Amino acid sequence: MATTEKTRVSEERAGRAPVGVERVVLKVYRFDPETDERGRLDTFEIPYVDGMTVLDALFTVLEKIDGSLAFRFSCREGICGACAMFINGSYRLACETQVARLLREGHREVHVMPLPHLPVIRDLVVDMTRFWECYEAIAPWIVTRSADPEKERPQSPEERKLIDEYVGCILCGSCFSSCPSVWTGKEYLGPTAMMKTFRWLADTRDEAHDERLGLVAHEKGAWRCHTIFNCVEACPKRINPTSAIQGLKGRTVAALLRGAKGLRAGRKALADGP
Amino acid sequence: MFYHEILVVGGGLAGLRAAIEAHDAGCEVGVLSRVHPVRSHSVAAQGGINAALGNHPDARDDNPERHAFDTVKGSDYLADQDAVEILTGEAPARIYEMEHWGCPFSRTEEGRIAQRPFGGAGYPRCCYAADKTGHALLHTMFEQTLRRGIKVYEEWQVVSLAVADGRCYGVVALDLKTGRLEAVGARAVVFGTGGAGRIYARSTNNIINTGSGMAVAYMAGVPLKDMEFIQFHPTSLFGNNVLMTEGARGEGGHLLNALGERFMEKYAPKAMELAPRDIVARAIQTEIDEGRGFPGGYVHLDLTHLGAERILERLPAIRDIAINFTGVDPIHEPIPIQPGQHYFMGGIDTDADGATEVAGFFAAGECACVSVHGANRLGGNSLLETIVFGRRAGAAAARFVKDEADGVGGEKVEKVLAAAMAEATRRVTWVLEADGPEDPAALRDELRENMFTNIGLFREEGAMKAGLDKVRELRERFRRIGIRHRGRRYNLDWARNLELEGMILVAEAIAAGALARRESRGSHFRTDYRERDDRDFLKHTIARLTEDGPELEYRPVTITKWEPKARTY
Repeated sequence: MATTEKTRVSEERAGRAPVGVERVVLKVYRFDPETDERGRLDTFEIPYVDGMTVLDALFTVLEKIDGSLAFRFSCREGICGACAMFINGSYRLACETQVARLLREGHREVHVMPLPHLPVIRDLVVDMTRFWECYEAIAPWIVTRSADPEKERPQSPEERKLIDEYVGCILCGSCFSSCPSVWTGKEYLGPTAMMKTFRWLADTRDEAHDERLGLVAHEKGAWRCHTIFNCVEACPKRINPTSAIQGLKGRTVAALLRGAKGLRAGRKALADGP
Repeated sequence: MFYHEILVVGGGLAGLRAAIEAHDAGCEVGVLSRVHPVRSHSVAAQGGINAALGNHPDARDDNPERHAFDTVKGSDYLADQDAVEILTGEAPARIYEMEHWGCPFSRTEEGRIAQRPFGGAGYPRCCYAADKTGHALLHTMFEQTLRRGIKVYEEWQVVSLAVADGRCYGVVALDLKTGRLEAVGARAVVFGTGGAGRIYARSTNNIINTGSGMAVAYMAGVPLKDMEFIQFHPTSLFGNNVLMTEGARGEGGHLLNALGERFMEKYAPKAMELAPRDIVARAIQTEIDEGRGFPGGYVHLDLTHLGAERILERLPAIRDIAINFTGVDPIHEPIPIQPGQHYFMGGIDTDADGATEVAGFFAAGECACVSVHGANRLGGNSLLETIVFGRRAGAAAARFVKDEADGVGGEKVEKVLAAAMAEATRRVTWVLEADGPEDPAALRDELRENMFTNIGLFREEGAMKAGLDKVRELRERFRRIGIRHRGRRYNLDWARNLELEGMILVAEAIAAGALARRESRGSHFRTDYRERDDRDFLKHTIARLTEDGPELEYRPVTITKWEPKARTY
């Protein structure tokens, strides 16, 4: 949970840069796989405006300086997950990141890179295909065996709290991009898919427990997590995938000891939908 | 060129719900979306979705009819009452369905879907998932799309509709990643392309909400309805106009002017902060205009009396947003807010099944106008509209495909698509090669400022005429734009300039409709005609695109149970 200390927030007055700042220097990664052998950093100097975010700065470049810049965007308020980037050495959403905050953190210029370890389509736009394939692999939807009740499936506020952290995921790909086990183990499904598996296991309404575990109880799944915690640091929504994955490991062991048959059911058992 | 039996355009709630319904009816479905589905604007909806479930202790005797009445009154009696009864009647089933599909709604102590009070509603009937209801619903809907294996084409922008002899045969779309233009054939097309908020300055909307779907339909000869009705949300964050949910007032938040007065008692003594949005937005703007706002033009949304626990549990996202963008922590300080453009009540003219004048072309959600919102939409009814009418449009498209026996052969389809492709190619190539002196980014900024200033919260003949003239000037200047980048792959400059052309056309329809409506109704408030005029204007505006711009005609409003009355709160 974020700090509630009034002083810290008030001092920063998020939209304000240190006194005297009038221009900002942006260094932006540029790469076109069809024409360039390797990427480069382009430098742009733009006027600083109070409240300017990194996304605003990219639009200023696009509209005023270089119409060839490519980047993703949509909501500009931190909920759609389109603009996750590697900004001044951290995973951040460009739309939520105040230029002023970067300057206050001591950065002299704004450094914008695409999500690392993903193929670049152009500039800051990365190919998320593998991310989505991994997400789909874990059957990320509710599975129920009992007939739907006439009204809602009951769930107490306490039960709802068990999934609160995980349903806040915006599928931005930051954790996936940050995970050394994803970088090195080509088949690892990655922290998002693991965390989402745990989200469904923790949901009191879902009825596919052992079958879900079966989709991650292997060397491409939960066991591939070596608790490096990069994902925790990377998540712009303060979700802790590592802790969810440890939950998966514990449940998997318990299911193995039980000799649970569902572990071998396979994805198809969860995909038999309408 | 490729084909789908049914092609849905738009990966938000309405589009995906239509796709799911058509798929479940046995049709083969493809979805084209400007962004990955979870990036669609539905994700940004915060406060909730209405349905008369009666889960709140103060709403035990709520029912769909009461929900319908509130909606009709909120609409200033311009909504079609038969459509509203469908909306509110189907609401509980759609909400339970979303819950059965796994939507993580917040819960009551009894374990039922939690509901909160919302503006213009007689009962607390707004179902919510904290202040991230759109996110919860859209992710759930996307999960159901994955479960069905429905094919989604991400980052495709539709540039035209293939129509011949009153029948739709598909679309022409630009694959942004490759820059390739493709004709996509379909036996039925459903648009769920969202609103056009970005035609206005101070919009709460996603950057992608440029109304491209409305424009594409309008250019293909499909009329737009009630375009002059633009909702201004009372509480958007001062500075960048990010939405601060109505749920903040639903949870008990107060609006205070610079004198510290709870000024809503002057404007809506009974409903106070929970009057409908048109009334609250105008009240705030009046306070600001009359000098009781803060320097720069805002008032305060005060949540400090709610306490940290309630804010952290029910309004965590808007707290994060306020801290992030203004440095204000709502637990300790009031949030600076001002009205911001939020929603289009108008849109592509459809019936209650999403059908349009063009056979085989359907639309649902914000891009469409059934009309269930009339002159002013109630908070919590737009998410509801997406799932109720998204489903109905998907079902109607499936029925259309199955019933259709017009003997359209492959040859005709290919001819129509080829013609549409040739025309679209000419247009998009022109934009890609444009080398005139006009800067499209400047045109876009001028358009947005013009619409906010001249056809905004308070309207008047002279300003609106100037606004319309300005739009026409921009339309001319667009012909002399220059592009900055001519590469085809992921060319944002190109894609955004294509959208700009449509934004200007839609803006013209708004301005023309607003000028012609000489009354005040809901969100359309004229200082030169301050009263509602049921004798002359209890009717829908229908705008058709001609060579000389929009041509207006009118259509009666359907009244079933509720005769128009004075609207007080």
